[in-house]
Amino acid sequence: MCTLAHVFEAAGLSTVTISAIRSVAERMRPPRVLHCEFPLGRPVGKPNDPEFQHDVLRRAFSLLERETGPVLEDHPEEIIGGEEPLSCSVPPRFDPELAPAVDEARGLRKAYDRALARRGVSEVGMAVDPDGVPGALDVLQQIVDGTPWKSAGIPGGHTTAVANDIRAYYEEAALELAGAPNAGGGQAESWFFEQTEAGKLLLSARKALAAQGAPQPVWFYMAPMYRS
Amino acid sequence: MAEELQGDALIRNQIAQLPVPQFAETAWTPPPPLADARVAVVTSAALHPRDGEAFTVNDASYRALDHAERQLVMGHWSPNFDRSAFGIDYNVVYPLARLDELVEQGVIGSVASKHYSFAGNQPDDVATIRHDSGPACAAALKADGADVVFLTPV
Repeated sequence: MCTLAHVFEAAGLSTVTISAIRSVAERMRPPRVLHCEFPLGRPVGKPNDPEFQHDVLRRAFSLLERETGPVLEDHPEEIIGGEEPLSCSVPPRFDPELAPAVDEARGLRKAYDRALARRGVSEVGMAVDPDGVPGALDVLQQIVDGTPWKSAGIPGGHTTAVANDIRAYYEEAALELAGAPNAGGGQAESWFFEQTEAGKLLLSARKALAAQGAPQPVWFYMAPMYRS
Repeated sequence: MAEELQGDALIRNQIAQLPVPQFAETAWTPPPPLADARVAVVTSAALHPRDGEAFTVNDASYRALDHAERQLVMGHWSPNFDRSAFGIDYNVVYPLARLDELVEQGVIGSVASKHYSFAGNQPDDVATIRHDSGPACAAALKADGADVVFLTPV
């Protein structure tokens, strides 16, 4: 964003940049920056809070009144993320013949479909569609059980995309079941990686891929770098 | 022993240690009065319409987003930030409803007819954005009459 601010301003546009990482803005010195210490992924702060969002915009646009720059100011409110997992129960076991994560994903399908109907769009689809999520989990289970990763049939051949689709399917279903999380962020992620079979399987598959000698880009981006 | 960083704090710490592009000076374009300004949003959230072209890994191109289109996919490849808020309320990344309200209130002059999305995970030198896709996006913004660009990262 700081690079684009420099480029746009040089082209004759006036820019205001929200900063998520203050030291980057300090070093790059774009023209006008409002640093917001909010959860990453939430540059305007709080979902479903128009008053707070307007406060961010008002503070950002006020920087346009400055006659000289660069200028870097801080939003006064810090929002800390990463708290307790979303309160959302996972489906009970239904088909004991299936791997737990596969069974679980099937059980969440109706909630996922309701979420899709409400929002009209989904982040699932980089490698598989919703129908492909249980099968993708089955592939990860096979890798954990010892199938060589190159012959496991990873959908689309891209583990990062597969992991994105699985996590998006779960988080979208969970938000439908549990309602919107609070302003802190990180609750849906914590629920997925700490409380679901799929999240645990994804982390296990990442370890298995690394143990099998897969190149780091194949497994590293399957989950946040601080999850293990 | 120092407490081990987790979550956003760890990500922020990691990114803070990466090299950043160098700009010899900060360009400065005085804006028109805000009440007359035409405002556009540009985000690094890799937003694209449901049926539009998705972003690839290290994609340095951009997507034009019609102002009326609000059913957008966040096609970013990084697992290291929260996406749940965007699924609840797109304004937390892409505040077009808020900008529309500011037009109604007379705070800003108008909102651009098109906004633009890049993918935040870029090669460290950001050469393509700096010299190719960034200037091209600026030209498109100016052709739409935009004066002010509000930039939102994820």
